[in-house]
Amino acid sequence: MSFLTFAGWIETAPAWIQGMPEWLQNLLYQLYQTFIFEDRWKWFADGLKITFIVTLGALAIGIVIGVIIAIIRSSYDNLRSTKPSVLLRIANSFCKLYLTVIRGTPMMVQLLIMGFVIMIPKTDFMTVVCGILTLGINSGAYVAEIARSGIMSINAGQMEAGRSLGLNYVQTMWHIIIPQAVKNILPALGNEMITLLKDTSLVSIIMLRDVTKQTQNIVAKTYSPFVPYISLAVIYLVIVIILTKLLGILERRLRKSDH
Amino acid sequence: MTTEKDILIKADDLEKSFGDIKVLKGINAEIRRGDVIVVVGPSGSGKSTFLRCLNLLERPTGGHIYFEGVDITNPEVDINLHRQKMGMVFQQFNLFPHMTIMKNLTLAPMKLKKKSRAEAEAKALELLDKVGLADRANAYPNQLSGGQKQRIAIVRALCMEPDVMLFDEPTSALDPEMVGEVLEVMKNLAAQGMTMVVVTHEMGFAREVASEVVFIDEGIIMESAPPQEFFTNPKSERLKGFLSKVL
Repeated sequence: MSFLTFAGWIETAPAWIQGMPEWLQNLLYQLYQTFIFEDRWKWFADGLKITFIVTLGALAIGIVIGVIIAIIRSSYDNLRSTKPSVLLRIANSFCKLYLTVIRGTPMMVQLLIMGFVIMIPKTDFMTVVCGILTLGINSGAYVAEIARSGIMSINAGQMEAGRSLGLNYVQTMWHIIIPQAVKNILPALGNEMITLLKDTSLVSIIMLRDVTKQTQNIVAKTYSPFVPYISLAVIYLVIVIILTKLLGILERRLRKSDH
Repeated sequence: MTTEKDILIKADDLEKSFGDIKVLKGINAEIRRGDVIVVVGPSGSGKSTFLRCLNLLERPTGGHIYFEGVDITNPEVDINLHRQKMGMVFQQFNLFPHMTIMKNLTLAPMKLKKKSRAEAEAKALELLDKVGLADRANAYPNQLSGGQKQRIAIVRALCMEPDVMLFDEPTSALDPEMVGEVLEVMKNLAAQGMTMVVVTHEMGFAREVASEVVFIDEGIIMESAPPQEFFTNPKSERLKGFLSKVL
């Protein structure tokens, strides 16, 4: 493994680069050492893989937690007039505690606690699991409130119609309320997903080699932060723009039944 | 002579309060197989609450409801099983807007009666055909007119092959020119011998189709009689006053 210098690089560069102004040569040199030298684009690729795995894993956990909490909380609200069961009241209090704690503490602190106090992962795999769990549990709190607003937005007549046919509460929720609620909350859920993607950059604090951590590692080798960090921002931006477009398409497809 | 077996629904001293407000103050009623009971009364009288208590969409705060001999107000009873046999039609239709008409009609039969898709769809198409909407099977509810939606809602309840149909002001949310098509479907249903409980303001329908008209006011049954007698010879002053306003 050799150390690259500007002088060494410019000697071997093709003639069309030799004729360029110096600032452009410098920029090309930085791009070269950020992406091409020693196949460093692979670092970005590996990092992106971790970023996507953590995002998707956390999103899945977040949605599961969020929907369960939303159902418990909205059931409790619906039944409040007719004395909900003890079990439901306990579950509701537990959910409220969870929401308060998770939304009341910074994500960074949650990662530190999960990574260095609770799980203390020893292997790469466990570090990924730790990252997914922490972000998932965090995201669940936000998804819960989004999902609850979605469930509350569905006319009470829909629940009554389902129940009057003989469907039980869970069947009515699953087949009738939730599909409509999902459609209503899709924009908010999309926002949450984008926030989650960007928040994965924090997992570098628990030594998880996501794309941000990998970029930091490259800077540690090249000592020039400009191109790597700007590139990192562009990478996030491009992903977010693509996601926004995909969500728009999905939303339009789900609205099919509305006209 | 009627036997216990003929009584499909029996309300026994039915009471319902919302907070401090007592809406139903002890209603006793017997609905026999094949009856078409039309419930009328001023708004706020408790007639819709009475209907919604029959399938426990509102849980009564007092009294009992017996459906096919079973006390469904008993908390031990699985109300979902009994609701399968009690179809309900709502003022606001309450079709499922995210499903095609066909899915609206086959969801419950497939989930609850474990019918195959083919079986459920065949039944749905047969019933759709009877209300003249077989060609709309693949449309979504929001593509239909109010009258069409309500006819679909009736079919949705019928797809479960219920023993009784409950109608909660089925024509009140419709444009006037669409009321007729829905009443027509209901008349046919009555003619086929379906047991029906109908809360409505359509006095013409009550006169023509009802086997018994029930006047609910201030949370009790003030008067009930066959339509001929009900409309021509009202006994209580309240009913006389009510009829003079609506006829």
